[in-house]
Amino acid sequence: MCGIAGLIYRDGARKIGEEMTAMLQALRHRGPDSTGFAMYGAPGPSEYVMRYKVAEKEDLDGGTRIHRAIKERKAAVGAVLEELGVNVLELDEPTEYALRSRIAFDGDLKRLADQVEEVEGGEILSIGNALELVKDLGDAAAVSETYGLSTFEGTHGIGHTRMATESDVDIRSAHPYWAYPYNDIAVVHNGQITNYWLMRRQLEREGQRFVSHCDSELLAVYTAVNLEKGMTLEESLRRSIDEIDGVFTYLITTRNELGMAKDTMAAKPMVLYEADDMVALASEEVAIRAVLPHEIDTSDPYDEEVRVWQA
Amino acid sequence: MAGMSESTSTQMGMHTESLTGRDIKTKFTLENEGGFAYHFARDVDFNRRAEIDCAELEPTEINRRIRELMDSGHGSIVIRNPGAKHSLIVGILNRMNIVVEGSLGYFGCGLLDGPTVRVSGRVGWSFGENMMAGVCVVEENAGSTFGAALRGGDLVCRGSVGSRTGIDQKGGSIIVGGDTGAFSGFMMQRGRIVVCGNAGKNLGDSMYDGTIYVGGDIRDLGVDAIQAELTDLDRGWLTRKLNMYELLPAQGVDHFTKIVAGKQLWSYDNLEPTEKKLVL
Repeated sequence: MCGIAGLIYRDGARKIGEEMTAMLQALRHRGPDSTGFAMYGAPGPSEYVMRYKVAEKEDLDGGTRIHRAIKERKAAVGAVLEELGVNVLELDEPTEYALRSRIAFDGDLKRLADQVEEVEGGEILSIGNALELVKDLGDAAAVSETYGLSTFEGTHGIGHTRMATESDVDIRSAHPYWAYPYNDIAVVHNGQITNYWLMRRQLEREGQRFVSHCDSELLAVYTAVNLEKGMTLEESLRRSIDEIDGVFTYLITTRNELGMAKDTMAAKPMVLYEADDMVALASEEVAIRAVLPHEIDTSDPYDEEVRVWQA
Repeated sequence: MAGMSESTSTQMGMHTESLTGRDIKTKFTLENEGGFAYHFARDVDFNRRAEIDCAELEPTEINRRIRELMDSGHGSIVIRNPGAKHSLIVGILNRMNIVVEGSLGYFGCGLLDGPTVRVSGRVGWSFGENMMAGVCVVEENAGSTFGAALRGGDLVCRGSVGSRTGIDQKGGSIIVGGDTGAFSGFMMQRGRIVVCGNAGKNLGDSMYDGTIYVGGDIRDLGVDAIQAELTDLDRGWLTRKLNMYELLPAQGVDHFTKIVAGKQLWSYDNLEPTEKKLVL
């Protein structure tokens, strides 16, 4: 089933970590397997925040050797960064297996991502000037506490509570998905894409990489490719309704935009609240009420509806 | 079914085939009053009023409290701070008044038979699903599958509703003050849908029977849905019904488009009358 939520403030940064946590916790019943956040803080043009992991959470249950292996993998990532001339300004380790680096780098992001992912267990969750992507097993409250998200300030963000259906319960298959290797693009999705393999093979032939077997990852890669070709986010969203088969509602964020698209059958829910100072979207109104407990005027976007808001 | 009502409903395009077999409709008489209520229905007093503050309560607890208040004879209940919670006010098989001050989530007011409900806010998906009798009025917007499998009563939304309104509708009336989304009236079998605003694509797709009236634009019709002539009976019914809920447009109802089933998809004609009754 899965639950998705999005928030965008029109009057500057606020405590989006706290509000996204409240929204996603209210959607816990739609998917208790994993929770993910993609939030946008203050952009730093010459700096990137890189979120990556070197093991899955469940790997920790595999005995004592994994702890030694994780240390070795972290060192290997460090060596890769040094070799590429990446200046690590800050390194946080909220968990043993998932790390956050603030880096200064003026080279090729794709090369950076590819080389980090060559390390065993390595997977880039996101690289962005403003984007920080966090996902892990458990509900929103648990993930938020583990990664210290309650104090995160930003202008917009999206999140996801996952009920695993067609791929594993692990971080690799959790949402949101970063649009490798493109800076600051993330997606969350509720639905099922029926021409996933057809489109994935087409994109792979064009040189795109996929890390999971989750159909939602396709939307991130698909959008990033469209934006790279010069489309606007709105054009990409509209095109997706024609080109992507299945039932879906998805949210996508760039550095300063939040967009949504609903498929031609309107089979997946979305409730929209629009005000002068903010826009909130969620699979269920209870999630919006978690941050706006007073009576509000909401509506359901219709089939084939596409919307884009600016931060 | 009485000859007059059969003739009237047939003229209005609600159905064309003659139903045979045992008639489920019976005439109300004071002597047989008990036959029109469930044996377990509570004897409530409409003048006894109570309130439930839902702010800190789970849906199960809220529904339990409604029943406890009905047990103690309360016939008018005000639901405060519903907070868009799901599955509230379900399975009420009593005549009574319920006022919701706020919004409901998914599956609100499902499986009702008898109550009159007014919701001051909005409602989520599948509001009024399988309602058998009663009246529900929503003051703001509603989500998708509004009145799914409705069997009787009036389900009213003053705002706009989502997609698949009245899917699998089997009776009763759905009245929408604003617009409705795609696939409204999908596979409807009986009853009426009135949309004062615009209708999305595939209106009345694969409908078996029933009537849809649309005051605004129709994006397109679904498979086997066709336009029919608006008769004086239709105008009279629309005027009366929309007046009841203060939704009658200033210009009247002459501009409404009437949509019925083309009945080219039917396969019921091969069935025996008793089998036909079971299918419907």
